[in-house]
This record gives sequence, structure tokens and C-alpha cells, in this order.
Amino acid sequence: MSLLTTASQTVGPYVRIGFEPSVIENLAPAGVSGERVTLSGCVTDGDGKPVNDSIVEIWQANAQGKYAHPEDAQDKPVDARFRGFGRSLTAADGSYRFATIKPGRVPGPGGTLQAPHIVVTIFMRGLLKHLITRVYFPDDPANAEDPVLKLVPADRRATLIARHSPGDKSALEWNVRVQGQDETVFFDY
Amino acid sequence: MTGVTGYRRPYFETQPAYLYPGYRSTVKRSPSRPLVLLPHTLSEVTGPVFGYDDVKPTDGDLTRQHEGEPIGERIVVSGRVLDENSRPVAHALIEIWQANAAGRYRHAVDDHDAPLDPNFTGAGRVLTDAEGRYRFVTIKPGAYPWRNHYNAWRPAHLHFSLFGVGLVQRLVTQMYFPGDPLLQYDPMVNSIPDQKARARLVSAFDWETTIPDIALAFRFDVVLRGRDATPMETARS
Repeated sequence: MSLLTTASQTVGPYVRIGFEPSVIENLAPAGVSGERVTLSGCVTDGDGKPVNDSIVEIWQANAQGKYAHPEDAQDKPVDARFRGFGRSLTAADGSYRFATIKPGRVPGPGGTLQAPHIVVTIFMRGLLKHLITRVYFPDDPANAEDPVLKLVPADRRATLIARHSPGDKSALEWNVRVQGQDETVFFDY
Repeated sequence: MTGVTGYRRPYFETQPAYLYPGYRSTVKRSPSRPLVLLPHTLSEVTGPVFGYDDVKPTDGDLTRQHEGEPIGERIVVSGRVLDENSRPVAHALIEIWQANAAGRYRHAVDDHDAPLDPNFTGAGRVLTDAEGRYRFVTIKPGAYPWRNHYNAWRPAHLHFSLFGVGLVQRLVTQMYFPGDPLLQYDPMVNSIPDQKARARLVSAFDWETTIPDIALAFRFDVVLRGRDATPMETARS
């Protein structure tokens, strides 16, 4: 028998009630191996106004490029302290923040290898279904051969690549523009 | 390692579009540029894994989270989480949030002139069992005005957030109640083009799961995406 997927509905303005008890902004407690980075930025709407009621969720592999998930059959070590999932609720200025590690490379379609990336899911009032996008790391030579980045029109790829904060190489900044000028690339998932 | 099996894309007209001007907030919060079709790679068919350590036994009973009992009509909300191939989704994390019986949320931006209930927070979470079953006990939420248009009222609803096995199964939706006269006027419900897909968001009164003399009950099954092709069962040798 075949069923049809339940329709999506917005999280609405009161999502904080449901998600605040399970905010995870630090994905990499002491002992997790890998290059430590912070990822932060702002979510803005079509008027450039900060979105103060959105949820940013991230999903990523560990430093070796292994997901903490039974379907990742790669012969690579898992890190019991690293689950790879984060959830941040944006503040009044639209900002979210995570402390994590840079993920390793994971396989892509057709025997390719993907560049290090973090999958990002975004919810907010006014979004009838969530957005999915990705963040890549600045100055990583692997970006040039990433099979997903290659699908993105060249003039829009920069919206998916984080920037170093001035003076701190481990602090990455990545903003989400839901609509308008320099609109972030979102995926049809 | 071989290739990954992706998930089916949503069936025609069963999901809302991003832009639906009848729901005003979509106008500035919907992408205007074309979406890029994402192949389902290892990054999308994996996703966060939750376990029984992530939920407390009291998290599923929203009537027992404070000293006293919340005001309102106690209800049981239960059902199954399945995928499009009718397979149960085991250990799916379900998070819910809702207004109290008076139609007021415990949230700083809710200024609706209705009372807060000191004994009701309105948030719960459970994990589905091996057959995909879940169960909450809560209070039937009230309808409330939301200023989207003149005299706009949201039908009573529970917000549902679900994590399946793979990230692309992630779903946030709302469960409605049968017979609610506000459903036909609700832009959020009406943003779903297919009438049958709208109807599937309405729970069913469920006599069998009532708690005699304590609580009435509603059943709400949720369907997450299924695999593109049914994976071959490999013979065990």
C-alpha cells in the first residue's frame, strides 16, 4: 500500500515553546576531536529585517567524515560524544550561533567526494514548509569539485560559503537571506 | 560502499508552496529565486538519531508538568508514524506545542486577551515505539485570533515536529480537530492545494483510546516520505 506524505505547516510564532527545551548550540563538548569552529550569522527577510522567531537546525559529519547514523556504512570511526545535530533559536537581532567542529569529507553521488559541509534546515513563521540549504567552508580547495555546489549557478555559490570573521580564523560567519538581493540558495529537497 | 537510496519527492499538490499571499507572512518570507534540485546524498539520507535518553516519561503528559492540573478538556492524542511505503517509523522524535484551553500561548509575543494557565506550559515530546506508535495526554487547545485579516481566528490545533530516519523526512505540521467550523476559513489549511491532503491534517475522534471517565481521544497518523525504491532485502547466508 502506498500512502501520501502529510502536508507541511508553518511552525508559527510560538515555536519557542516547543523547541527551547532542546536547544543545542554546542555540538562539540570537550573531548570531541576535530578543528573547532564557531558558526554564526543572521537570518533576514525580504525587507532585510532580522527574523527573530526562526529556528536554525544543522546536521553534519564528524571530523573524519562519518555520520552518527546507522546508514553511514563507511569504515571510519564514530565519535560517541559527537551526534552532529544542533538547534539554535534566533535572537531579537536575527542571530543564531553554533560551536562545532569542521566535518570531514563524505561520499557524494557517482563515486565523488563532497567538500566539507553542514546541512542547514530553517523554520519560521511565514514559512509553510522548511528551507534546506548548506554551508561550506571558506578557502577549502575541495569546494571546486563539490558535486552539489556544482549544481548551483556560479553567480550564486558564494551565498553557500561562510566567511572568516576578521582576526579569528576559527570564527565563521554565514548569513541567511530568505528573499531578495543576494538571496541564499535553497534546495528543492 | 555503494550508492544511497534517496527518498520520494512529494506528490503533486500535497504540499503548500512557499508563497501563499492569503497567509500574509509568506510574502516577505518565501524564496523568490528558483530552488536548486538537491540529490539525496549520504548527508540527506542520514539525520539525527534520538533515543529514550532524550525524552523523560513525563514529557508525553502535558497535564502533569506542574503542581496542579491544567484547566480544560483532557484529551489523548495518539497514532502512528509511517512512511509512504506503509512502514512504521520507529524511534521518531515527536515534539508538540500548543495553546492552552483558552487559546493563549505561554509566549512573550502572545498578547491575546485570554488567561494563561499556571499549570500548563503546552510543550511535549515522545519517541515512537518499534511499530511507530506514539501517545500524548494533553488539554484540548482553544481557538485564537491572529490578525492575519479582519477577525481572523486559527482553528484549534497542535503543532507537530517530527524527525524520521533521514534528514529529508523531517516534517513540521499541525493537527486539527474534526468538525471545527474554522477550518474552511484558515489560510494555513487552505495553502495546501489538494483537498484530501488538507483533510489528512484533521484528527479523528477515537473512542478506543479514550480513558474512561477521564479523557476523550483523537487519532492522528503522520506519514513521512518513503524511499524512492524499496530496498532489496539481502538474503542472509
